Amino acid sequence: MAMYNDKVMDYFLHPHNVGEIENPDGIGVYGSPVCGDMMQITISVDKEKDVITDAKFKTFGCGSAIASSSMATDMIIGKTIDEALDISNKQIVDELGGLPAIKIHCSVLADHAIKSAIYDYAQKNGKTYKGLEGFDPDDDKDEAPDEDEKTQI
Amino acid sequence: MRQVYLDYSATTPVKKEVVDEMLPYFSEKFGNPSSLYDLGQEAAAGVAKARGRVAHLIGADPAEVFFTSCGSEADNWTFFGVTDAQSAKGKHVITSEIEHHAILHSGEYLAKRGVDVTYLPVDHEGRVHPEDLEKAIRPDTVLVSIMLVNNEVGTVQPIKELAAVAHKHGITFHSDAVQGLGNVPIDVNDMGVDLMSFSSHKIYGPKGVGALYIRKGTKISNYLHGGAQESSRRAGTENTAGIVGFGKAAELAEQNLDDHIKKVSGLRDYFIEQVKKNIPDVIVNGTMEGRHPGNANITFKYIEGESILILLNEKGISISTGSACSSKSLAPSHVLTALGIPVELIHGSIRFTVGDFTTKEDLDYTIECLTEIVKHLREISSVNEKKGW
Repeated sequence: MAMYNDKVMDYFLHPHNVGEIENPDGIGVYGSPVCGDMMQITISVDKEKDVITDAKFKTFGCGSAIASSSMATDMIIGKTIDEALDISNKQIVDELGGLPAIKIHCSVLADHAIKSAIYDYAQKNGKTYKGLEGFDPDDDKDEAPDEDEKTQI
Repeated sequence: MRQVYLDYSATTPVKKEVVDEMLPYFSEKFGNPSSLYDLGQEAAAGVAKARGRVAHLIGADPAEVFFTSCGSEADNWTFFGVTDAQSAKGKHVITSEIEHHAILHSGEYLAKRGVDVTYLPVDHEGRVHPEDLEKAIRPDTVLVSIMLVNNEVGTVQPIKELAAVAHKHGITFHSDAVQGLGNVPIDVNDMGVDLMSFSSHKIYGPKGVGALYIRKGTKISNYLHGGAQESSRRAGTENTAGIVGFGKAAELAEQNLDDHIKKVSGLRDYFIEQVKKNIPDVIVNGTMEGRHPGNANITFKYIEGESILILLNEKGISISTGSACSSKSLAPSHVLTALGIPVELIHGSIRFTVGDFTTKEDLDYTIECLTEIVKHLREISSVNEKKGW
């Protein structure tokens, strides 16, 4: 398909980490079928080291939503919670070698779903992280603030 | 890899007989139809023959058929030409919510210039009701435009009844019949339309040619100004080869109409039956009563259309989707929305259109691939029956 590059196509056609972790340490759901994209991410966390040991996704959505979920889960496995929270949607897009402009929101969705899963983990375990300050998992806006807006605030 | 084309409503391959008849008009019979010498008149004769063939297919007088560059031009001409010629009478146009964008965007353009446009709703089958038209008519209404066959769900409109309502009030009636030509019988006199738009490339003819039928006496201004082509109604040197191709395609469409409808609807019905048999949680959108013979618009619950499209493309199968994710505007199909279909179901809708070159083997291959793809995407999907929508 001409609209996606080879890497996006590969992550869509052969997605990594599809599924649902049983008894996950954190679960995040973002989007809705009405919007056309809905993502669920489940994570397992090594609580002593604060390291994400596994992540799985389930996504209702287009090729780029599935590719973004696949890439995002790949990127957080083996990372500490703080490192995972540092990942921006732009990094997901970069790792995919770019997305069509109109599909950038798919990467935002993946970024938000990951933060939601970590937020859930933090809530259940009474932990606080700098990267979650001001984060609202129920924020139903389909857009997270971009880097510039973050620094301005 | 096997290639299966199931998007005949988007466009059709040009038939060999059509190409053969077009070819001499590029380099041998290349004259300008407006030139008086033999070479020019030879080209003019080709255009005249084509006009006769298109007119015959729709039951019109050849003098009432005007060639355009495409169906969209015919639609634009209607909207601008009628509102201009009848501006003294009023500035109100009635159309429907499920028209092609050539109509909807012409309406939007006119609305910015002081014309009132009313968009009639449709029922869940995609049909416009004559009583709704009756209610929408105003003393200043100058044009009613309702498509003959919808391009997404294939619903055939009760054009004869709708035209009768418009005429009862002395209003010009237009129908965009781009999807209807060659797929449903058309008789402009029986239907009672004043204007009708057509396109060549939907009936196995070349792209870049369309036509507007204009009943004698209809008040409509010219849209393209210049030379005296098309009886001084539409300027511009004729696309001779294209028009000749359209004419041949029209002749073939008329000869094949009954067989085409029978063959294509048989394949389409088989396809729908096999989809229902092999794939759970599917919904056929629109109605099976009065539908484009080749159209099957199907929602696959819990998954999204662009994903299906890409995976089918990987298997060499071409289809289209009403999903927002596949459109440049990220807006879901306005047609399926007007039918009252919930947006989450629109995202999972696919339009399959079979045509003259489709075989049962093509459909069996498609069913096989589709069954796998839907299963795969549902395994990935975060929504299902239990989780709800």
